[in-house]
Amino acid sequence: MSEPQSPRTSMTDAVTTGGAEILTSSATDLVAAMEAGQVSSVEITQACLDRIEAVDRQVHAFLTVDAERALRQAREVDSRRAAGQRLGPLAGVPLAVKDLFCYQGMVTTAASRMLAGWVSPYTSTVVQRCVDAGMVILGKTNLDEFAMGSSTETSAFGPTHNPWDLERIPGGSGGGSAAALAAFQAPLALGTDTGGSIRLPAALTGTVGVKPTYGGTSRYGVIAMASSLDQPGPCARTVADAALLHQVIAGYDPMDQTSIPRDVPPVVEACRQIDLAGMRLGVVTGLSGQGYAPGVTQRFEEAVAALRGAGAEVIEVSCPHFEHALGAYYLIQPAEVSSNLARYDAMRYGLRLDDDGEHSAEQVMAASRGAGFGAEAKRRIILGTYALSSGYYDAYYGSAQKVRTLISRDFEAAWATCDALISPTTPTTAFRIGERTDDPLAMYQADLCTIPANLAGIATGSFPAGLAPEDGLPVGLQVMAPVLCDDRVYRVGAALEAQLEAAWGGPLLASIPPLGAAAKEDVR
Amino acid sequence: MALTPDEVVRLAGLARIELTAEETAMLAPQLDVILDAVATVSEVATDDVPPTSHALPLVNAFRADRVRPSMPAAEALAMAPRAEQSRFRVPRILDEGAQ
Repeated sequence: MSEPQSPRTSMTDAVTTGGAEILTSSATDLVAAMEAGQVSSVEITQACLDRIEAVDRQVHAFLTVDAERALRQAREVDSRRAAGQRLGPLAGVPLAVKDLFCYQGMVTTAASRMLAGWVSPYTSTVVQRCVDAGMVILGKTNLDEFAMGSSTETSAFGPTHNPWDLERIPGGSGGGSAAALAAFQAPLALGTDTGGSIRLPAALTGTVGVKPTYGGTSRYGVIAMASSLDQPGPCARTVADAALLHQVIAGYDPMDQTSIPRDVPPVVEACRQIDLAGMRLGVVTGLSGQGYAPGVTQRFEEAVAALRGAGAEVIEVSCPHFEHALGAYYLIQPAEVSSNLARYDAMRYGLRLDDDGEHSAEQVMAASRGAGFGAEAKRRIILGTYALSSGYYDAYYGSAQKVRTLISRDFEAAWATCDALISPTTPTTAFRIGERTDDPLAMYQADLCTIPANLAGIATGSFPAGLAPEDGLPVGLQVMAPVLCDDRVYRVGAALEAQLEAAWGGPLLASIPPLGAAAKEDVR
Repeated sequence: MALTPDEVVRLAGLARIELTAEETAMLAPQLDVILDAVATVSEVATDDVPPTSHALPLVNAFRADRVRPSMPAAEALAMAPRAEQSRFRVPRILDEGAQ
């Protein structure tokens, strides 16, 4: 298969059945083309499957691909469309699903040896809503084991490579979903965000990722990591596409006790309103300066100027407790992990070792967990066990919960002076594979800007802000908005996209180096 | 404060994780560095600040206590490491104290 043409042309030209144009088109354009009878879902799905076949040996975005099931779903949508049925706004569009979502009949591994080969007996609410909307499930994407990581390197099945530079990480934990978008393997993907797992990969791959308000999307059927922080959300190449997927997956679900029984914020409408007149944005003063790559700072400042150009008033806002967010997160998150991952006890599902009649249940558990969990999972389970243990609980977990209160208060104070906060999504561009694996603390620093939003449960997203001049790698701008004001995240994101694409003459991904024949053989 | 390898083994035991000697040797100093870095939370966590366990002020969600169809046993057991007579087959648990 040939390399996709520049998205610059495909975004404006009509979609044809040629393959390349299909791959680089937005979901919005694909649906318009299907509605106009110019292309079928089967053709789109086949183009994505061919592309995965052609480049995934280099990128390793996918852990599972089910071509047969995907094409069956595509045929069904095509026949329903042909019969004149009224279909949803994403019907027939292929979707890549982070391998943390259960999907009945498909292997779900959480990228862990513990769950290798485990077939989900039921489907998560978010994936079910996508299926009900007529979307085509291509397969499951790679992630850090149990979504613990910032680089997708802790996957038991090997790292995902950043399509911008195959020797670099795509961010994590949802590196597979973001890489699948940047490598034009799928037009849309699902992620989950506990401390930045949607936003960080979006920033490092030049794509869009949104973490909805906590409780805005259902966690039912999503493998739990840190339940008070985990939140499913959309990953896309354009802001409007992300909003359409958000609209499909969001909304109250009685199967999730923390689901908010409220209407979904008007995210799709928010994307159409691309001027920011009357909107006041706050630049978080603490999320800049030392430790931030020069190119990140430069592109962020230019993006701020672009937002001003779109009519926003921009002020500086101090959030004094954000500096303690990382510490609080890496106590609360491991504490919840140590509890949630206790379910992998080798009794009802997952890996079981040493079950030979000689070893007791407890010994079987310890041997299975020792072999089934990777280094990062063990690190966090033990850290969490420590933080929750008697004598240390007050100093660690108890203090972290208080910091969580202080962070929420910082946000509340900010909302009194501005409508949304902005910052770089992460301090640096994508680092090299292996560069931080022996230094967990350096790895955790990647989450510095993204974590406060999770601790406070607010809506947030990352949007492309350009390429850092020093290394030519993508930089992201993060938008944070109050609880249930997800629409503001999209409004700012859409305005930024419109301003910057006008300046660039097309989307950022138009300048991604080609994958395929020219790339190195078998970089894995 | 230093986290000793013995302490790491004890914590791993509480978490039911068997560690190799190499893993223990690697984890102890790493966890120490992480704990040092996160310990700063206690500096700002003063007595007058209430803890937050959850970001949203949601109340407990209840549903009607009604019998509904559940997953058939065969499906629930399909991925079990071992199953017998429509049940999960587990290793012995009763004489663990005798080990």
